[in-house]
Amino acid sequence: MKPDTYFKRFSVTVVSLWLGLFALGAFLLVISVSFLSHSNDELITGPITLANYAALADMIYVKIFLRSLLLAGSCTVMSLVLGYPFAYLLARAPEKIKNTLLLLVIIPFWTSSLVRSYAIVALLKAQGILNTVLLSLGIIHQPLQLLFTDTAVMIGLVYNLLPFMILPLYANLERFDMNLVDAAKDLGASSWRILTRIIIPISMPGIMAGCILVLLPAMTLFYIPDLLGGAKSILLGNLIQMQFLSAHNWPLGAALSVVLTAFTGILVLVYRRYSTEQDRQDFV
Amino acid sequence: MKTLLKSSYLAAIYLFLYLPIIVLMGLSFNDSRHSLLWHGFTLHWYRALFHDHDLWIAAGHSLLLGLLAAIIATCIGALAAVSLYRYRFLGKNILNGLVFLLIVVPDIVLGIALLLLYNQLHLTLGFFSLLFAHITFCIPFVVVILTGRLSTIDRNMFLAAKDLGATEFTIIRRVVLPLLMPGIFVALLLSFALSFDDVVVSYFVSGPEYEILPLRVYAMARLGVKPELNALCSVIFLVTLFAAVGSQLLGRKKA
Repeated sequence: MKPDTYFKRFSVTVVSLWLGLFALGAFLLVISVSFLSHSNDELITGPITLANYAALADMIYVKIFLRSLLLAGSCTVMSLVLGYPFAYLLARAPEKIKNTLLLLVIIPFWTSSLVRSYAIVALLKAQGILNTVLLSLGIIHQPLQLLFTDTAVMIGLVYNLLPFMILPLYANLERFDMNLVDAAKDLGASSWRILTRIIIPISMPGIMAGCILVLLPAMTLFYIPDLLGGAKSILLGNLIQMQFLSAHNWPLGAALSVVLTAFTGILVLVYRRYSTEQDRQDFV
Repeated sequence: MKTLLKSSYLAAIYLFLYLPIIVLMGLSFNDSRHSLLWHGFTLHWYRALFHDHDLWIAAGHSLLLGLLAAIIATCIGALAAVSLYRYRFLGKNILNGLVFLLIVVPDIVLGIALLLLYNQLHLTLGFFSLLFAHITFCIPFVVVILTGRLSTIDRNMFLAAKDLGATEFTIIRRVVLPLLMPGIFVALLLSFALSFDDVVVSYFVSGPEYEILPLRVYAMARLGVKPELNALCSVIFLVTLFAAVGSQLLGRKKA
């Protein structure tokens, strides 16, 4: 063996061992456990069964999945509606201040999402102040209840995930060629037509990337419904968490995770199908 | 008029992104335990934090974990990025796929996957279970950052070094590593921030003997709004803010 290949051998071995055990091994284990059962004494035991997947067809789980999808979906739409004009304006901002404006979006992206969720709790708690003012002015007759409702969960999710929508949209819209808009204007297109026929179709890969990056965490960030929601605000993430930490039904939790991962995989594949290499570099 | 409208829209979104944190920081100086109305300025809650012994232990644990996870993940991630970039080997596609998988799989699934693995290996949940988990979820970020930097290097440099008789190890040490240095700093800082903030994965793989800061914050937050927690969250926000801004500035300057 040439001495030259020592380094190659060393690095390939280290990387393969680590990822082989902690990624491949761990994920394969989830798949296998999802086909096993549990008993009172043992968390995981034989026989091999499809019962966990069959159990997922139960109305309770289907309902939670749909609820979770609805909540995460509305949160994605909200983020898109709020984030698209923002990303567009940011991409067109004067060069001088652009970097600072962008950094202000990236900061929440890298600071603790738990701390920021707690900040929302504190803020909604402070609605007491708002309520007192509104009540004394006679604008409302009953105090508004926001905390521990689905609305609070929505606010928390949008607040946490908005940067995930803005950043890929920004990366996409920054490359957008403004000459196209000028050309369309010259040819007499209305602003609405320019927006719906030119700007939005061209930025589609950015829209898709942003929606995936918001939708998936929105379904699984279990601490947000836990802190902000009521007893009925259960997301898919909370359901999985419960199987492992309170219900002690690990095989069912594993089956839920496999379904969730498959759902994620489908979304990512659809995105890859309709995007170019250049688009994917924006995928943060 | 139109410019005013645009500016106010931008301002409104920034307000939405920052108002909760600003309110939180304001409340952390409020001299009242229960009321959310302003009762005067106090540093009392910060003093209480300072004297909370358990909190210091949890913070120390998180700091140690973040440092070690960042260093080890950056080493393994750098080896992975260089191998995937420079070499052909059996199973290269699988390794590439695994890095991709780690990026797209939801955190919660990685958390339970590692919990199942530790359970099978009879590894007690505690320091090592957390460390291995944090290293694992940091690696793909390191690989992405370093691959991005590697792709900007002129491949002729490697050929020139080889022509001049450098061995592979020398090329890595004297050519690749210096060129990667800025990327390595960014990867270290971001890995630290990821590890220091992680709740989801840690939630599944931590044990009662080794408490870390985010999980302590989570446990406290579930009990409701407390002025001590307002102060603690303000401190954590500022610490991660410095790491984030630092990494952005570093990345931009040397890019």
